[in-house]
Amino acid sequence: MKILVGIKRVVDYNVRVRVKPDGSGVALDGVKMSINPFDEIALEEALRIRERNQASEVIAVAIGPEDVQTQLRSALAMGADRAILVKCDQPLEPQGVARALLAVITREQVGLAILGKQAIDDDAGQTGQMLAAMWGRPQVTFASKLELQGDTAQVTREVDSGLETLSIDLPAVITTDLRLNEPRYIKLPDIMKAKKKPLVLTDLAALGVTVVPQFRVVKTEPPVPRARGIMVKDVPELVAELRKRGVVS
Amino acid sequence: MSRVLIIADHDGSQLGSGTSRCVTAAVKLGAAEVHVAVLAAARGGIAAQAAELAGVSKVLVVERAENAHQLAAVLAPQVVKLAAGYEYVIAAANTFGKDLLPRVAALLGVGQVSDLMFVESAYRFRRPTYAGNAIVTIESPPDVKLVATIRTASFAAAGSGGSAPIEAASTDAVLPTHTRFVSINAAKTDRPELQSASRVVSGGRALASSENFHLIYTLAARLGAAVGASRAAVDAGYVPSDMQVGQTGKIIAPELYMAIGISGAIQHLTGIKDARTIVAINKDAEAPIFEVADVGLVGDLFKIVPELTALLGKGST
Repeated sequence: MKILVGIKRVVDYNVRVRVKPDGSGVALDGVKMSINPFDEIALEEALRIRERNQASEVIAVAIGPEDVQTQLRSALAMGADRAILVKCDQPLEPQGVARALLAVITREQVGLAILGKQAIDDDAGQTGQMLAAMWGRPQVTFASKLELQGDTAQVTREVDSGLETLSIDLPAVITTDLRLNEPRYIKLPDIMKAKKKPLVLTDLAALGVTVVPQFRVVKTEPPVPRARGIMVKDVPELVAELRKRGVVS
Repeated sequence: MSRVLIIADHDGSQLGSGTSRCVTAAVKLGAAEVHVAVLAAARGGIAAQAAELAGVSKVLVVERAENAHQLAAVLAPQVVKLAAGYEYVIAAANTFGKDLLPRVAALLGVGQVSDLMFVESAYRFRRPTYAGNAIVTIESPPDVKLVATIRTASFAAAGSGGSAPIEAASTDAVLPTHTRFVSINAAKTDRPELQSASRVVSGGRALASSENFHLIYTLAARLGAAVGASRAAVDAGYVPSDMQVGQTGKIIAPELYMAIGISGAIQHLTGIKDARTIVAINKDAEAPIFEVADVGLVGDLFKIVPELTALLGKGST
């Protein structure tokens, strides 16, 4: 069975993002870019499945400009067998990404797709569910535990009320939550080895996918800052302050 | 005039707190009619609770055995059938809505607005990106059905006193059997629900153990508050993951939020910044939590929290 892992290039999670003063977006020049952290978790899970001999191949797939090859090389260094970059210079909405991924899944006869539950740039959290819908296959979002059993999988997901376990038929789409696993570190020899692994470039036209964005981004603004607070010196002062503000009586 | 369909969140017997927030959002969208769809095995009290929300004009109930568990793959084809004739299909941006609505949108062949936080006009909205550090204003074309999840912390709960008619609805949607419910491991508690509580007390890694969290529970009980935790406390295994507050956990907007022994990682701050009053107690005066706190106290939580609990007990809270 082949596993597809979605890889998105995003601003590194340690970077404090700045909104451009003209409101045209977030400043990206010279900013460190990385694999979306939830996608790293997706890749780690795929690798573990392959290492248990429950999958034959792990394919890392990204959609975006040529620069994204850097992140795909990282994915190969982590252990993916090969990578596909679907070149696209325009920003894509999740719907377009899902269609491109589905085209790859169909060509490659993928048995399991593992994606991050959301990307930490647009925070949309839609691609996995949309892909599953278009594919007509099961989805398990926010997965924290995944066990494959032949043609089915038992997956535990983090929901607001606790932990829910579902049983699904494969093929399927899984989206990862933080506690699914802890991704491995890349070692230097792996970086060297990754240079020899196949990374194929294609584009939306070659996949037969056309995308038309639905939404127009009018402007991007920083959030309204909270008013500066006060410091109190001890507990009686704290309680007095809370009573004064009417939040406790 | 537009019509809005809200997909109700519920636990099989009670309406969830997200639906009421969606009603407020629907009114802001300028809806002439606000309909709430309840998809369940049996309506129980859910439909009646939805009908009582002020602003709701009709409740549609789809009762099918397959709807006993809120499986997105099973619900989505039914929602698609129900969605005909509505300009908007919305649900709360909790784990229910986040799971379901993108599947609905894809089946409808449209995009989705996630975490809609502000309605500028009928087709112009704001939503948070980059963990709330960049707010984008987006426009959707009026001739495309708008599917959106609603950021519950950004909209007040609708009032009560409504008496909308409840109608049985049926759909001829073919439902898949490829997704099956196995079990739910839900923490049973007498405390208020974290997502909708007006007061929340959260503990962080500085609590140092699961046992020490009793300090937080005791203070919360005194305040009638729900209990939350930072990701660090969850990752350390002090409390279960459903208590996590933050960008990747629950985003909340209580009247009072107390962060105890929480340094204030950006992803945690994202989850609390709509709280009305934030109180921070931390031994590190440089902790980022103090940058967003309305009232801060530097000191040892193991001394401060018991004293605070005792002192709050002296007046009625």
